[in-house]
Amino acid sequence: MTKIRVVHYMNQFFGQIGGEDKAGIPPFATNDPVGIGNVFQLASNNRYVIVKTIICGDNYAAENLEEVKAKVLEWIKEENPDLFIAGPAFAAGRYGTSCGTLCQAVITELGIPAISAMHPVNPGVDIAKKDMFIVETGDSAREISSVVPKMIRLADKVLNKEPIGGPEEEGYIPRGIRINVRKAKRGSRRAVDMLVKKMNNESFTTELPMPVFDTVPPAPPVSDMSDAIIAIGTEGGIVPRGNPDRIEAHNASKWCHYSIEGIESLKKGDYEVAHGGYDPVPANENPNRVLPLDAARVLEKEKAFARLHNEYPVTVGNVTAVKSAERYGKEMGEMLMSQGVQGVILTST
Amino acid sequence: METLKLRRIKVADVQFGSVTEIQGKTLFINKEELISLLLEDKQLQSVDVKLARPGESKRIVPVKDVIEPRTKLDEKTYTFPGFFCDPDFISGRGTTIVLDGAAIVTSGKLVNFQEGLIDMSGKGAEYSVFSKKNNIVLLFEPVPGLGKHEHERSVRNGGVKAARFIAEAVKNFGEYEEAEYPAATLLELLGSNAALPKVVYICQTIAQGLLHDNYFYGLNAQGCLPVLMNPTELMDGAVVSGNCAAPCHKHTTYHHQNNPIIEDLLSEHEKKITFLGVIVAPVRTAFVEKERICNQVFKIAQMIGAEGAIVSEDGGGNPEADLMMLTRLFEKNGIKTVLVTDEYAGSDGASAGLADVTPEADAVVTNGNGNERVILPPMDEVIGHIECVDVITGGHSGSLLPDGSVAMEIAGIMGSTNELGTENLTTWAI
Amino acid sequence: MLITAIPSVAFTVGANRIIRGVAIPYPVGAPSEEPAEELYIRKCLLERALKALATPISEQTIFEE
Repeated sequence: MTKIRVVHYMNQFFGQIGGEDKAGIPPFATNDPVGIGNVFQLASNNRYVIVKTIICGDNYAAENLEEVKAKVLEWIKEENPDLFIAGPAFAAGRYGTSCGTLCQAVITELGIPAISAMHPVNPGVDIAKKDMFIVETGDSAREISSVVPKMIRLADKVLNKEPIGGPEEEGYIPRGIRINVRKAKRGSRRAVDMLVKKMNNESFTTELPMPVFDTVPPAPPVSDMSDAIIAIGTEGGIVPRGNPDRIEAHNASKWCHYSIEGIESLKKGDYEVAHGGYDPVPANENPNRVLPLDAARVLEKEKAFARLHNEYPVTVGNVTAVKSAERYGKEMGEMLMSQGVQGVILTST
Repeated sequence: METLKLRRIKVADVQFGSVTEIQGKTLFINKEELISLLLEDKQLQSVDVKLARPGESKRIVPVKDVIEPRTKLDEKTYTFPGFFCDPDFISGRGTTIVLDGAAIVTSGKLVNFQEGLIDMSGKGAEYSVFSKKNNIVLLFEPVPGLGKHEHERSVRNGGVKAARFIAEAVKNFGEYEEAEYPAATLLELLGSNAALPKVVYICQTIAQGLLHDNYFYGLNAQGCLPVLMNPTELMDGAVVSGNCAAPCHKHTTYHHQNNPIIEDLLSEHEKKITFLGVIVAPVRTAFVEKERICNQVFKIAQMIGAEGAIVSEDGGGNPEADLMMLTRLFEKNGIKTVLVTDEYAGSDGASAGLADVTPEADAVVTNGNGNERVILPPMDEVIGHIECVDVITGGHSGSLLPDGSVAMEIAGIMGSTNELGTENLTTWAI
Repeated sequence: MLITAIPSVAFTVGANRIIRGVAIPYPVGAPSEEPAEELYIRKCLLERALKALATPISEQTIFEE
């Protein structure tokens, strides 16, 4: 029987050191299983061998995450285990955060599989779910005897590179990612079958549930427009000739900002369309049709606002992943705010 | 009742020969004759023809369109109505010859970066129906200085010409399998099976300008309102693609000719449903156009008595606004709707896959995430221009690796996430 | 605030101040008009945008003409 060498991380409580009074202890390691570690060994018929247990106080980990991460990675690199187990953390937020962060680092930096278990609202879930499977738990540690076997079963599948089923089937928290798989029937057949069921009021399962987007509270209005610095920007990919920073036409990996100091209007040839998702001919002919600099200058002269900001932010919003777009928007907003801008007019294609 | 008979002649191999003909299951092409036919278009400087068969170590890139050789047996009627013929006949009736297993692939100089790739073997061949065809690849070189619109037109026309010409040459071949499809009137449809649920199929076709165009009976769809068609009209090439939306999900002319939603609805016709017909709907960029077209689609569906609808997407991004607008119109008025689409969920699969959503869209079939990354093995021969992989949709600077492998998203493989449901790829949440 | 040809998409993804633009390839353009008329159309759109920026709102709003 192949032994699976495991490094196990726990907090001060599950590590049997103490309660909140011991939450400030720095990480230390021991070469034996501790507490729940023994349960993993037993439940796996001793296939899982805990070669190292790392214990760290929840507060220490929360306040010194980078340092703890570096130390833990170092220990794990030394051991080179087959598997890293963190927790289970149940609903404990600080504990879940350190478990999630450590698992993510172990997977992405060391390439070693990791498994954990948490309550779905544990902040550690959002940190790590994209990179790993996290078994779903309730909020009580009393479940431990049912959680550990689930973790072992899922970890075995990951280690043996077996196909893994859906969240409900395997008992993990939905990871929020979608993967391509092949079906027995082609798409058109599945559509016709789905319609027949829907028309006969029979139950069916949609293959693409409608997503719900995050909302952001509306910003307060610009209080005194005559005193305001206004910026213009676009996702239409209007860039200086030659696209000097190579913003991609599709699935852009970046956003940029360029100076419009002293420029009254975007001249044909000086600017071009980098965006691959719309007919570029009208905007290449007159880039102001996507980034309205000429009209903004007219309004600036008419004192509709105090001053047009001397830079414009730009990216290409063509099949850009939503998470990237959120990040670019946030960064653009932060830059503009730090430069004293009060209002932004963005255009979208 | 009028019908369309499709005579499928099986093609299992393609070779060059001195006469364009079929012997057994091998299609022979007279290369010089074909080239000289295509060079009738004076906007072309040169044309070359290459062959690519299933299983060969060949990569075709860039691919603009794929067309199935089809021609009419009947006098004075033509497949691809409006192309090199007056559209003074009704399509979708009579008898049509199909070369099943052969395909015309248009390639050559890149028209626009949204063109694709076909691999005849290896990982890439898993993703496309075209990897299983005997492909006759036409490599078009336009005259120097030819504008993009004119270049695209020459390539499109050349592809249609070749598809008709080759089928014409072999149309009287005696071995074929024949299937018959109804081209019925509303009266005939509603007469026999009044109790069966009535279904209409809405086929989105993008009509947005510069290489995002489709042609209805030879007419650019940009100025068109939605049009009601018999399912068999599409089998005769009533819709021709001038479209370079992302290769994974844009409908090639082949996909329109072989629309699987039409095939599968016809297979249930008079059994579980009454298939009323197809509404071919242009997709435009301006919001007011979307409102105009979607309301017209709904009006037609309502007039013909639809109780259920399948709506397939063409492209991604703004066409999803039309999908959702149609879904709201239909569902609010008692027409049960299923959408057929694909997704761009990011290479990590973590992004929202559609640009627009609506709670009424509770029945969706997805044909996969186009952002999935693959590494395609090197091929012995490249037909076309391999450097294009660095710029085509799904590719990026550095996609072409030193050993000839290609690291790209499946977005660049022709038809990999085809939104008519031709393939069996789907996405699911983990 | 956002000028877009497809307000419904902007609304869905959570944009708060939205004005409908002209068309996807030219949200603030009008290529079929004479240059002076086109600039005027663009200026009007921006004026509406400035007005939207100065308007207090408590929820997502598509500012109509």
